[in-house]
Amino acid sequence: MSGDDRADGGARSVGRDVPRNEDRLLLTGRALFVDDVEPTGTLHAAFVRSDWAHGRLRGVDVTAARAHPGVVAAWTAEDLGDYWAPGPLLVSPPPIERLEFHARTQVPLAKDKVRHVGEPIAVVIAESRYLAEDAAALVEVDVDPLPAVVDLEAGLEPGAPLVHDDLESNLSARVVQERGDWEAARAQADLLLARRLRYDRGAAAAIENRGIVAEWDARAGEMTIWDTTQAPIPIRNGLARMLGLSEGRVRVVAPFIGGGFGPKIMMFYPEEVVIPWAAMTLGRPVKWIEDRRENFFATTQERLQIHDAEIALSADGRILGVKDRFLHDVGAYDPYGLTVPINSQCTLLGPYDVPAYHSEFLAVFTNKTIVSPVRGAGRQHGVFVMERLLDLAARELGIDRVEIRRRNFLPPDAFPHDNNVIYQDFAPLVYDSGNYRPALEKAVERIGWKEWRRPEMRRGEGGRRRGIGIVNYVEGTGIGPYEGARVTVETGGRVRVVTGVGTQGQGHFTSFAQIAADALGVDPADVDVVTGDTREFHWGTGTFASRSMVVAGNAVHAAASKVREKAVERAAAELGVEEEAIELADGRAFVRGEPACGIGLGELAVKANPLRGAVRGGSEPGLEASGYFGPERGATASGVHACVVEVDTETMDVEIVRYLVVHDCGRIVNPAIVEGQIQGGVAMGIGNAFYEMLVHDESGQLLNASFMDYLLPTADVVPRIETAHFETPSPLNPLGVKGVGEAGAIPVAAAFAQALEDALAPIAPGLEIREIPLKPSRLWELVEAARARAGGEAP
Amino acid sequence: MKPPPFEYVVPDTLEEALEILAERRSEAKPLAGGQSLVPTMNFRLSEPGLLVDLRRIENLAGIRGTEDGGLEIGAMTLQADAERSPLVAERTPLLAEALPWVAHAQIRNRGTVGGSLAHADPAAELPAVALALGARVETCRAGGRSRWIDAETLWPGMFATAIEPEELLTRIRFPPAAPGSGFAFRELARRSGDFALVGVAAVVRLDEDGRCGMARITLLSVADRPLVANEGAKVLIGRIPTPAVIVEAARAVAARDVDPPSDIHASAAYRRHLCQTLTRRALTAAFDRGGDRPGHAGPRWRAGGW
Repeated sequence: MSGDDRADGGARSVGRDVPRNEDRLLLTGRALFVDDVEPTGTLHAAFVRSDWAHGRLRGVDVTAARAHPGVVAAWTAEDLGDYWAPGPLLVSPPPIERLEFHARTQVPLAKDKVRHVGEPIAVVIAESRYLAEDAAALVEVDVDPLPAVVDLEAGLEPGAPLVHDDLESNLSARVVQERGDWEAARAQADLLLARRLRYDRGAAAAIENRGIVAEWDARAGEMTIWDTTQAPIPIRNGLARMLGLSEGRVRVVAPFIGGGFGPKIMMFYPEEVVIPWAAMTLGRPVKWIEDRRENFFATTQERLQIHDAEIALSADGRILGVKDRFLHDVGAYDPYGLTVPINSQCTLLGPYDVPAYHSEFLAVFTNKTIVSPVRGAGRQHGVFVMERLLDLAARELGIDRVEIRRRNFLPPDAFPHDNNVIYQDFAPLVYDSGNYRPALEKAVERIGWKEWRRPEMRRGEGGRRRGIGIVNYVEGTGIGPYEGARVTVETGGRVRVVTGVGTQGQGHFTSFAQIAADALGVDPADVDVVTGDTREFHWGTGTFASRSMVVAGNAVHAAASKVREKAVERAAAELGVEEEAIELADGRAFVRGEPACGIGLGELAVKANPLRGAVRGGSEPGLEASGYFGPERGATASGVHACVVEVDTETMDVEIVRYLVVHDCGRIVNPAIVEGQIQGGVAMGIGNAFYEMLVHDESGQLLNASFMDYLLPTADVVPRIETAHFETPSPLNPLGVKGVGEAGAIPVAAAFAQALEDALAPIAPGLEIREIPLKPSRLWELVEAARARAGGEAP
Repeated sequence: MKPPPFEYVVPDTLEEALEILAERRSEAKPLAGGQSLVPTMNFRLSEPGLLVDLRRIENLAGIRGTEDGGLEIGAMTLQADAERSPLVAERTPLLAEALPWVAHAQIRNRGTVGGSLAHADPAAELPAVALALGARVETCRAGGRSRWIDAETLWPGMFATAIEPEELLTRIRFPPAAPGSGFAFRELARRSGDFALVGVAAVVRLDEDGRCGMARITLLSVADRPLVANEGAKVLIGRIPTPAVIVEAARAVAARDVDPPSDIHASAAYRRHLCQTLTRRALTAAFDRGGDRPGHAGPRWRAGGW
């Protein structure tokens, strides 16, 4: 690895718990968030949203709203004129044979039809948000309600109401991928297990909702937009095109953001399109901050899939093949293409050797909020299906749950391993590296798997019962296309790192600083990282798919390495020695073995920017360089989750007593940050497994659009999470890193379900958990049904 | 999530507040902590034209022992103050046990005891406790007129009270506990601070012969108002509360006293099952504490324990 090529001394910061550079600002309340931006004269927008999941829009009357005191404008789709256009398709379908895909993208304000509750119909802009909301309540919306598509199977029935009238059905996409010969595998099998598994819809629920402030400078002809986006550069480029401005005249700033989790990578939300146009049209800054209620309807969500899966095994528990057919809920529009269901399809294979695989999915339009990736982005489903099938197979074959996994692991010499399916980055899913068995054995040892056979371990206080679960996952991370960075040594000796990715709490201000610091021999605290401001850097795509450290981190490394070369070259000239004799450490360049003979990096930067005299032909000023990195394909992270649950067998209240994550995300830049990502991910996974579910009625109304009824996991239900690291470096990038942002969230439901079945086996033999999320009420129903089937009676 | 325009006044005296309510009874709403009212205003589910903030009125807050050995709590007493009061713990241990279940500590720092009773949320703990303990509330109206209302008749329906719009709830009186009494509160909530899926308050008295002389069981989150489970209580009267008798009473509650609703958090059948389980647990604890063993084990998080 070239990251290890440091010839000089000095303390390396990569691999250490370097305190976070951003925490001083965040903890003292000085970090800038979008809602902190309020230029003089700012107007405030409120959106009138559909109360219906599906209906014909007969008319929208904004007369009374326009007449309301303090209102500057009230607009419908008609008022947008030529600016009104459906958004772009963000991710085109991957090159898979026989693929069917119908792109229908969201619109700025609904015209003719409303397709989900909360879809924007009109916007009111006023001197304050209060006045805007008062006036929004006066907008009269005339809708002829239509039957809503809520259930996926019903949505595909002939004669179902159509979300998009110009399509023949509600099918958004159909994709089949296969490897090997499933029918042959099926014919050979000693055991065939077929099950239906369901994973329901939830919200990402970042602590900061979306927000956008747009300021049009008519004199300069420049637009500045502060946006809670994970992708400031594509937003700049897209909005410039829509607004008829050149890209250089639009600046998009994604300042500190309170959590992204995926929905903020969705682009050209209606509000994102309307607000800049409003600022330009009205000649005043316009601000819209999404409130929590809006967030439940207007910000993208994820996760409803229904899988009909079948696994074929030999008597000794080896997987011969898997067949899966699933329905995927895309919501009312599909601007994000096939990313989520493709991830489900690919991630199902996991760390296992699956000789035959036949997977088909049907993506279905529904009258619900748009689906786009949410932390895990479809990977949860694949892991849930595979791990559940293995658990049931183990039970059926009388094989230990850990042992059946051992028997099916890809061996360490299998890498690179081609799964013969196409992944979300349009490339074949090839695992770059991995070593699964040691991580599983570590988890088995740490969680005390063997002791769990003892009956006394299985009893909690007051008749409670304990159970244990252990599952594996593989996560494709760090996909392309590319990111870039510019690294500058400033004259005071501080280093400035600028990159285009947005940051939403991942610790980039520290981890990127560590990479630059190690290349240049400075302290990470002396590195200022700037992210998400297109005026500073305008090449790149954004923060998603657990890719920032892999792609942007390696771009920082590339840029910093170039700056290092420049510094060494200049120092050698200044000090009159060969370049090989120069060492960089403690912010200085000096002659190896003669620390006194040296020069500060800041001073070198001054000398690299002469004000008079001549420079050598072809030389560039300053100690500065840009670098780019684009991996040929994604890096494959992996891990094991194990948990112990304790169940009150009467109330079905569940407590997670222990939670252990053993993971391998390649080389670790900052262990504390990695652990933070895992802790947060597991918390989110716990929410997914047992607390968070968006509940729609048959008319498509969301029944729990508040934090009173949509239950996020709180501190009292999330245990301390134990972690252990393995580092199998990725051969696909110089730093050897893999992504970790989503890993914590992905396998939690699978581990939870297995542990629950284990805990409840004595009182509900044959209980199978085939749906997520659960709640005590539903778990009680499942247990009662299992008891009834077993002919047992409640104690 | 911004409220529509409203007026806001902060009277200094009770009489002033009552006069404002009398004058503008149709649009005025007392503000007694605002932990439920303000969110409903932000959702535009309620749109009072005038908020009358009671926080500056003297003597509306405070906890006093009454001469008969009971307890009196001023309506504007913070839930957090009641929770920490040794007098509450001594004289109405059931209330002390239930208070930590009221929302979150931050909300109890603002929410008031009277505010909760007047808000009449059927999922709230304090109405069920007041009902179990046979509390009474005093209401006042302009002109110095006041009356007492029994908890039994205070809540005619969902989010409704017997308090007239021009009246204010001013204090709550809890009668003294009879010798030999035992108390318990049990609840199951999804997370700390959530509304109960089901909650049960039990007050029992053991006579000297070891038989149950009195039993009062109330439930929350099972009906449109706090519910008194008379059928369950009847099973206990005059009998020695053996585990079998307690189970019989709990079954009676689930089968005959309640007809719980289904919602997104819990099915009716599950709620009925919880009524039985939590009633059994509450009664078991209450009888355990009754007789001549005073005191209580203190609040327990989650519905554990038997």
